[in-house]
Amino acid sequence: MSTPLDTLFERVRSENRAALIAYIPAGFPSQSGCAKAIIALAAAGVDAIEIGYPYSDPVMDGPTIQEAAEISIKGGTNAADVFSALKTATTAGVAAVVMTYWNPIEKYGVDAFAKSIIDNGGSGVITPDLTIEESGRWLEATTKHGINPIYVVAPSTADDRLAQVVSKTGGFVYAASVMGVTGTRTDVSVDASALVARVKNATKLPVSVGLGVSTREQAKQVAAYSDGVIVGSAFIKLLLNAKSEQEGLDAITALAKELALGVREGR
Amino acid sequence: MSIQTSDVLGHFGQYGGRFVPEALIGALDELEAAHNAAKSDPVFQAELAELHRTYTGRPSLITEAKRFAEHAGGARILLKREDLNHTGSHKINNVLGQALLTKKMGKKRIIAETGAGQHGVAAATAAALMGLECVVYMGEEDTRRQSLNVARMKLLGAEVVPVTSGSRTLKDAINEAMRDWVTNVATTHYMLGTVAGPHPFPTLVRDFHKIIGEEAREQVIALTGKLPDAVLACIGGGSNAIGIFHAFIPDTSVRLIGLEAGGDGVETGRHAATITGGSAGVLHGTRSYVLQDANGQTVESHSISAGLDYPGVGPEHAYLHDIGRAEYRAVNDDAAMAAFALLCRTEGIIPAIETAHALAGALVIGNELGPDATLLINLSGRGDKDVQTAAQYFGIPL
Repeated sequence: MSTPLDTLFERVRSENRAALIAYIPAGFPSQSGCAKAIIALAAAGVDAIEIGYPYSDPVMDGPTIQEAAEISIKGGTNAADVFSALKTATTAGVAAVVMTYWNPIEKYGVDAFAKSIIDNGGSGVITPDLTIEESGRWLEATTKHGINPIYVVAPSTADDRLAQVVSKTGGFVYAASVMGVTGTRTDVSVDASALVARVKNATKLPVSVGLGVSTREQAKQVAAYSDGVIVGSAFIKLLLNAKSEQEGLDAITALAKELALGVREGR
Repeated sequence: MSIQTSDVLGHFGQYGGRFVPEALIGALDELEAAHNAAKSDPVFQAELAELHRTYTGRPSLITEAKRFAEHAGGARILLKREDLNHTGSHKINNVLGQALLTKKMGKKRIIAETGAGQHGVAAATAAALMGLECVVYMGEEDTRRQSLNVARMKLLGAEVVPVTSGSRTLKDAINEAMRDWVTNVATTHYMLGTVAGPHPFPTLVRDFHKIIGEEAREQVIALTGKLPDAVLACIGGGSNAIGIFHAFIPDTSVRLIGLEAGGDGVETGRHAATITGGSAGVLHGTRSYVLQDANGQTVESHSISAGLDYPGVGPEHAYLHDIGRAEYRAVNDDAAMAAFALLCRTEGIIPAIETAHALAGALVIGNELGPDATLLINLSGRGDKDVQTAAQYFGIPL
């Protein structure tokens, strides 16, 4: 059974381009502001959206996403808000997944979480701190409900380990472009293309690159060798710095349009 | 003697394991291999034993607390004097072991987190001794509360980074240390200070502290001719407790009792009693008991003792609790401070406020067990660092 995410990657492959994937935490900058941002991103040409489930101890995230998560948690964001944002995205016609640290899933109930993803039209979940060794119950649930378990690999991931991780992965493999936390960077490291090549040796699954992309030029560079370009902190920065909600929405719309051109210029 | 409580993936029953970014797996595997090699390497073991003899001051003494015991139902009270170690607490056992491992792995830089500053000072000490670069992450709030320890770390050549994210305390210092590690893992060893975190840290840190219980078990038998009836220790992350408990796990007649920080009282919600008042969950790379809300967000802990002020606990303790091998009770701030004052005046020993929680537990348990009982208490640290807090608490002008 194919998820909307699987279908998306088939489509972009046939169009000979990379997919543009945006990240936004649920409840940020507010519950209604998040819904508006999702609709704006979808309208501006984003192909898929990752809904973040903000967590109190985000060890993989840099200052920008930490700040957004803190605003969201202070606003009382809970699982229902995450699934509501997911629904907003899928209703807007884009493929959508949730990205979350593991503890909120365990607290919600592993099987129930996977079920809520499919019930809201979602395609899968990215779990950056769930190792394959701890994934038994999770993979039972994702298989049962037909959603994509998406794992993150890093430049430090050895080839034998890479093979094990991608064998458990569905939808796409999330390649962390650099050793480090989320955030915009001047250069998306050379590690990224080498890592993508190693992942492609290990699997036929699409590979998307995250961590550091913020400009059309970077999107173009990454689209040259990957199947998906993930942008998070750059959108969040614009929303954090905006003086009004409308200014923020206009800014992310403009950036998304630029990036959508970038992912079509790579090849 | 090897007492097995975990499987090869570092699970203690349903607890432990690894919940970390894939970027760290290689480093954790490398550390696990280095630790396993060191365990059976007589050269490594001899080097560590020599450091403990000539630098730490091991074996640490057993002191019988006769005047204190009069307030504990007349039970015999034996104190394992980890407060007499170099740097003033049990923390030195772990940092010397990990510093040696760091050198074995060919890394030149260590990072550490600290709450009260005791582990930070110990890490800075080991780094100075072995010529390693040292960066300590400390919550901004804690750098203010424990400015003396910040100065100690700086004197020892460490860089202290105040952490301004989240609640600005120990939990956030760990987050920031993990972010540094994810970024610099090729050159850097994360010298975690307690028996929590991803596998192999809970077993590795315990292995460096289990010398406390191994020594104490022999010392108590030599002194009294038998095993103690109960072994008591305070518990935040749980390193001093697992250190003294571990050798006694097969001795099923010996009760193992961990005293958690009850803060204003577990019923008030303002506490750090993770096992007594928390629930199963994942924090900082391991599954254990966690203080968390209905959405799985970590809840801030509260304790007069900065060293126990942590919303998680080591997974081996969670397991020992669930199988009924160890018991865990909460001691409120006021009871801990009363026991702190009592030990000062009856024995001439100023304990760390962390340790005072175990002493308060001894007053209760001694009365429960009566005058025929022998209680072994891990006196995990000395109270010099706490003089300011204690003076404020007791209204002594400074």
